[in-house]
Parts: sequence; C-alpha cells; structure tokens
Amino acid sequence: MGSLLRMNRLLSSIVESCNCIIDPQLPADDLLMKYQYISDFFIALAYFSIPVELIYFVKKSAVFPYRWVLVQFGAFIVLCGATHLINLWTFNMHTRNVAIVMTTPKALTALVSCITALMLVHIIPDLLSVKTRELFLKKKAAQLDREMGIIRTQEETGRHVRMLTHEIRSTLDRHTILKTTLVELGRTLALEECALWMPTRTGLELQLSYTLRHQNPVGLTVPIQLPVINQVFGTNHVVKISPNSPVARLRPAGKYMPGEVVAVRVPLLHLSNFQINDWPELSTKRYALMVLMLPSDSARQWHVHELELVEVVADQVAVALSHAAILEESMRARDLLMEQNVALDLARREAEMAVRARNDFLAVMNHEMRTPMHAIIALSSLLQETDLTPEQRLMVETILKSSNLLATLINDVLDLSRLEDGSLQLDIGTFNLHALFREVHSLIKPIASVKKLFVTLSLSSDLPEYVIGDEKRLMQILLNVVGNAVKFSKEGNVSISAFVAKSDSLRDPRAPEFFAVPSENHFYLRVQIKDTGIGITPQDIPNLFSKFTQSQALATTNSGGTGLGLAICKRFVNLMEGHIWIESEGLGKGSTAIFIIKLGIPGRANESKLPFVTKLPANHTQMSFQGLKVLVMDENGVSRMVTKGLLTHLGCDVTTVGSRDECLRVVTHEHKVVIMDVSMQGIDCYEVAVVIHERFGKRHGRPLIVALTGNTDRVTKENCMRVGMDGVILKPVSVYKMRSVLSELLEHGVVLES
Amino acid sequence: MEVGQLQRSFVEYMASLFREGFLDGQFSQLQQLQDDSNPEFVVEVVSLFFEDSERLLNDLTMALDQPNVDFKQVDAHVHQLKGSSSSVGAQRVKNCCVLFRNCCEEQNTEACLRCLQQIKQEYLLVKNKLQTLFELEQQIVAAGGAIPMVQ
Repeated sequence: MGSLLRMNRLLSSIVESCNCIIDPQLPADDLLMKYQYISDFFIALAYFSIPVELIYFVKKSAVFPYRWVLVQFGAFIVLCGATHLINLWTFNMHTRNVAIVMTTPKALTALVSCITALMLVHIIPDLLSVKTRELFLKKKAAQLDREMGIIRTQEETGRHVRMLTHEIRSTLDRHTILKTTLVELGRTLALEECALWMPTRTGLELQLSYTLRHQNPVGLTVPIQLPVINQVFGTNHVVKISPNSPVARLRPAGKYMPGEVVAVRVPLLHLSNFQINDWPELSTKRYALMVLMLPSDSARQWHVHELELVEVVADQVAVALSHAAILEESMRARDLLMEQNVALDLARREAEMAVRARNDFLAVMNHEMRTPMHAIIALSSLLQETDLTPEQRLMVETILKSSNLLATLINDVLDLSRLEDGSLQLDIGTFNLHALFREVHSLIKPIASVKKLFVTLSLSSDLPEYVIGDEKRLMQILLNVVGNAVKFSKEGNVSISAFVAKSDSLRDPRAPEFFAVPSENHFYLRVQIKDTGIGITPQDIPNLFSKFTQSQALATTNSGGTGLGLAICKRFVNLMEGHIWIESEGLGKGSTAIFIIKLGIPGRANESKLPFVTKLPANHTQMSFQGLKVLVMDENGVSRMVTKGLLTHLGCDVTTVGSRDECLRVVTHEHKVVIMDVSMQGIDCYEVAVVIHERFGKRHGRPLIVALTGNTDRVTKENCMRVGMDGVILKPVSVYKMRSVLSELLEHGVVLES
Repeated sequence: MEVGQLQRSFVEYMASLFREGFLDGQFSQLQQLQDDSNPEFVVEVVSLFFEDSERLLNDLTMALDQPNVDFKQVDAHVHQLKGSSSSVGAQRVKNCCVLFRNCCEEQNTEACLRCLQQIKQEYLLVKNKLQTLFELEQQIVAAGGAIPMVQ
C-alpha cells in the first residue's frame, strides 16, 4: 500500500506538472508540496504578467491585425494562471466548493485552448506569408536602390556632357577645342591617358596630334589601314580595343596591368561635304581617332554610361570642329577679299590718275597743237593777201585748206575723248552737199594722181543740193574713207558714188537691227566708195572699226596711220544715226566701203534732238548794232574789259557790272541783251537769269540772256537751258563770232553754239 | 632807226611771241578791237591785266604761306587769274593756271608752290615781252609810222 501511495503521488505530481490537471484526493508530502506550492505560485504570476505585457505592447502599437488572436491567447493564459493559482488551495484537504471553483477555470481553460488550437490553423499560414512578403519587399527595395543609383549616374553623365559641350563649343579655335575635350574628358572620367590621332594631309596615316599628359612624342604616326583602326572607323559607337594595339601604346610599358582602352571615331566634316539632299550618309569622310585609357591597375571597367558619354562628346567635337573650320574659311575669304579690295582700290586710283593725266595732257596739248596751227593759218592767209603767181596762189590755197583740215583733226583728237564720254554733239547746219563732194574730190585727186589712180565721183540726180547736217564731220568721214581707199590701192581707180537710199538698200544683212526709217524731213544718204586695192581678208573685217588695230597685210605696208580713223568715222556715222561697213571679196580683190547717214532736208519743219538754227551764209556784216544797249556781267576785271571792248567795237552801248547784285540793280528793260560770264566760281549766275525772267516776265522788253563760258560740257549747257537762257557762247570770243551771235539773237531770239 | 625797219622788227617780234606760245589768238582779237574810237584799248587791257595778276599772285603767295592752306580760296584766285590771262591771250600763263588748278584739287601744297613759282616766272616773262612790244609800238609812232596789223 505504501508503494501504491507513492506511485499515486508521483503520478499526480507528474500529471500536475505536465497536464495541470490536479487530483484533489491525494495526501501531501511536505517538502515536495512546498516546492509545488512555490512553482505554482510563480507560474501563475508569469501567466498573469504575460497578457499584461502583451496588452501593453499591443496598445502601444497601432498596427497589429490579430487582436482577436491576442485576446484568445490572453484568455488562455489568464485561465491557465488562474488554474495554477487555485491549485494552491488544493494541496490540503479541501471542500467540495473549492473543487468546484477549481474545476470551472479548468474547464474554461480547456475550452479556450481548444478554440485557440483551432484558430491557429488559420492564422499561422497568414503569419508565414507576411514573412515572405517582407522578403519580397526587401528585394524590391534593393532593386529600386540600384536603379536610383543608375539614374543618378546617368544624370551626372548628362551634366558632364553638357559641361563638356559647353566648354568645347565656347571656343572657335580648333586647338582649344581639342585640348579642352581631352582635358575635360580626362577629368570627368578620371582617365589615365587620352589621345587624339588626326589624319595626315595625304590621308594615308594617322598622326598623334594631341595627348593629355604630354608624355608622348607628338608626331608619332601609324598607317591608317590597320584592322583595329578600320574597326573603329566602321561604326559610330565606342569600341573597346586592346591595350597592345599601336594606337593604344601610349604609355611606356610598365609592370602594371594596363587599364582598359576604348577608341571612338571623330568625323571631320568639310564644307564641301555638305550637300543638302544628301545629309546623313557622306561617303568619303575623314575621321580622327580618339583613344581613352583607364588608369592601369585600377580594376575599373568601362561602364555603359561612360561609353555613351564618350560617344556624345565625340559627336560634339565633330560639330565644334566643323564650326571652327567654317570660321577659318570665312576668315581666309575675308582676308582675301580685303587684299583684293586694296588692290582694286590701288588700281582704281591709278586709273583715275591716268585719266586725269590724260585729260591734262589733252587740255594742254590741245592748245600746244593749236598754236602752231594758228601760226600756219594766220601766216598763210597773210601770204594770200600778198602778190603771188597763180601757181603760188594755188599752193598757198592748198596749204590753207590742209591746215584747216588739220585744225579740224586736232579738234577731233579732243573730240574722240568727248566721243567716248558721249558728250560730243554734232554741229548741225545747212550746207551744200554737192559742193562738199566736189571739194573732197578735188582734194583727193592730186594725191591719187601721184599714185596714178583715177578718182571718179558720181552723184545721183535725186540727191538734194542743200541738206542739214554736220558738214565738217561728214567731210572728215569722206576724206577718211576715200583716203583709205587711195592709200591701199596701188593702181586702178577709186569710185565715189552717192545717192538717196531707198528702203531696200537701207538694210545691211550683217546688221539686221539697223532699220532706217526715212521720213518727211529726213532722208538717208548712201555713199559707196569702191577701190581696186589690196582688199581685206574675212578675218580682219570685224576689227576694221576698232581703235588702233591694223591687219597684218596693212601693217607691212607703209601705212603710217594711227588706226583711229575708221573708229572715229564709225562713231560719227553712229551719231548721224547711220551705219558704216566695208565689204571685200578677199585679198587682192579690192574693197567697197559703204555708209548710210541721216540728213535733214531744209525748208521743212524740222524736229530733231538738238535745237539748232540753220546756218545761213554769213552776211551779217551789214547788220549794225549801233546803240544797242548791252549789259555785261563778269567778275573778272580783265575779261570784263575785253568783252566791253568787243561790244563797243561792234557799236553797242555797253554797261558793265561786276557782281550779281549789281547786275540785278542795274538791269532795266532798256537793255536788250545781258551777257553774263558763268565761269565765275561760287556765284550762282543761273539765279540771275531766273530773277530776270521773273522780273520782266513775258512782257516785251525782257532782255535776252546769253551765257559766256569757257566750259563746253553738257552740264553747263543744260544748266543754262534750264534757267531759261537764250544762248551760250564759248570763250574766247572773236569779233566775228560775237557779231554772228548778236545777229542771230536779234533775228531769232535764240542761239546755241558748241 | 628807220620806220620800215622798226615795223619789220615789230612784226617779227610779234610773230615770235605767237610762235613761242606767249600769246594766242585772243591777243590778236584784242588788237582788232583797237580802233579810232578806242585807240589805247590794248594797252589799257594789258595794264589792267598786270595790276590784276600782281594782286592775285600776292594773294596766292599769302594763301599758300598759311599753316592750314585753304585750297578753296587758292583755287578761286587761280580761277580768276586763268580768266584774266585767257581774256588777254597770255597763253602760257593760262596753261600754268590749268595745271595749278589740278594741284589744288589734289590739295598738294608742295605741287601748288611749284606751280605758283612757275606762274610767276611765266607772268614776268610775258610782262617783259609785252612791255617790249609796247615800247616798239611807241618807237614806231614816234618815228611817224603806223603800227602794222599782224593777223
């Protein structure tokens, strides 16, 4: 029985300690009971404190999804604790009530634990999945971090690119651009070495042009056909190349592991490469090679963003270089233009000086030439007055005529320059056409007879006798052409024929634009001069009328001409609204010179470009100017006196004034003529004419105003016409000229002389 | 001296003046204007010319002496001188004036001074010649002869 009791007690203590199910019937052992008593007490304490802690912490945390579970656990624990607590009373004999109180929490505990066990089946998977989600989120966070890092580096790259671009594009000097590129790249990417290889002029080699660290001989070349170079040039991406390739062997080989090397092509754009229709692919391009080396022994690798940076920079460099190239070209063009400008300016000044020198020369020579002429003419006319034998008289007459001609020629040397300015005007007047031809004939006959040539003249019957035109110059044209005919004929005859041109003969097949229109008041004179001379080759015909050219055949003969004759003739003929040409069948077959000019028919109403008055034969010696009141205005005292003497000699009653104001004060309607010298400088004499017009108006009694000038140019004449002057006289004035001017003035009310 | 001889030397002298270019056709015109109503015309005109020219030459000398030469003023004077000399027929003086005006246009003081020098020389020459001519005339008249016309 003792062992049985002992076993019961053991069992019950085991059961109590494991199952917490207490058997109230067993007697208590003192020590053991004491230990049990303490353990129970502490267990109950722990069990009661745990929920308190749980509640406390749950209250503290806002997010805890499983409150219901906690409540259950709390209940379970509290009840367990209660059970152990109540167990304290069951060590001794206890009444039935205590047993009931003991049984209730036990039953409740059992209930709650079962419910909790059932609930845990649902809850634990949830808790586990929270864990996996947490892991998942952690991974995601790590990934985002990585991506953030990448974005940041890209942004920095972008910043670097912008800065680099800014640096590169802020200068237009090629060397600065390239240097800056290398420096900035080296800095941004922390490179060990950065180099640029440029193609040489021949295009067959690459030359090391710029390096970052200056440790390499600039001027090193490699041939351009290396496979590695072709590889780099073949793509516009950055290419990783081996550190041992010739372009990358930029550092002295050390014991270090060389860093990674990349290379990229830099297109060199030329202006000629730009064809607008052909933008993207440019076939024959030149490239430079940029080589970048990472620091050796750094285990750094080229990252994608760094490669992209290098590509972008290479492109920017290409653009910047092309800008620099354009700038260089334009600067060069500008320098060239400036040089040309200077040269042109110099040429212009020289030309101006030459023109001025020519004009001076002409001005002075003109007078130098006229003086001996004057002497010859004067003395020959003197000689004519003396007693001469008939032969002598003939000779003197010829001398006179020739010298008059020569004087005319001298005038025309001046005229040629005026012809070229276009300021020459014809001296239109009425003259005897038949007489003119006869005079030419008689002039040419003696010369021709020396060469045993016959000269025949035939004038058609319908050729008018008196015509209106420039007598002097027509004579000059005739003499020139006939003279040429005689000069270039060794034998045979020269025939001159003149007739009125009919419409069919007015056309020259070689000048279809020349279309002559005869009218009521004009006719076209056609003159043909045929000779049996040496003729002209077809090649020479176009050059006949150019200045100073002579054909080969002519140059060998002793022609002795200046070559100006035909050129002057052509200009005169053109002024006369005509046309001149020469026909020839070839060398040795003679030639025919033909010209057609427009002449006026006198006696009918004449409208023409130049106002003129028919030059009647001089018979105004009879007209007397006795008592004619004339006012002379001239600033120059000597000139004034001379003009006064001239007019007094002609019988006029002359008043002289020396200034514009004096003139306006003194002039009255009694003055029939006012002669004013307009070569005074600084005084606007033209105003005087205007005032006189205003003052005397259209009433009778307005004095006729004549300008006296040393200037025969068109501008002066136009000014005079503009202010309403009635005539212009060229100084120096001879008695004869003054007389004829006054007669014309008084007869016709207007005069114009050139 | 005999009248005929005087007259011949007069004619020769006059012809030489024309030949050497001291005088031109204008001078002959002046001579033509001299008649009984105006017996001293030529001498009067020539004397006026001398006065005028001397005044103008003085003015020119002063104007070119200035530190800042007023070329417009100089040109105006030369223009006057040119007018007077051409009215009288003093051809060489007139030609010098033409050249002088070109120097004025270029505003070249050096050249202007040279031209002025030359004009003065020419003027003195022609003055001399004309005075000789007039003396010859007076001699002829004193000897009772008539002054021959040279055309």
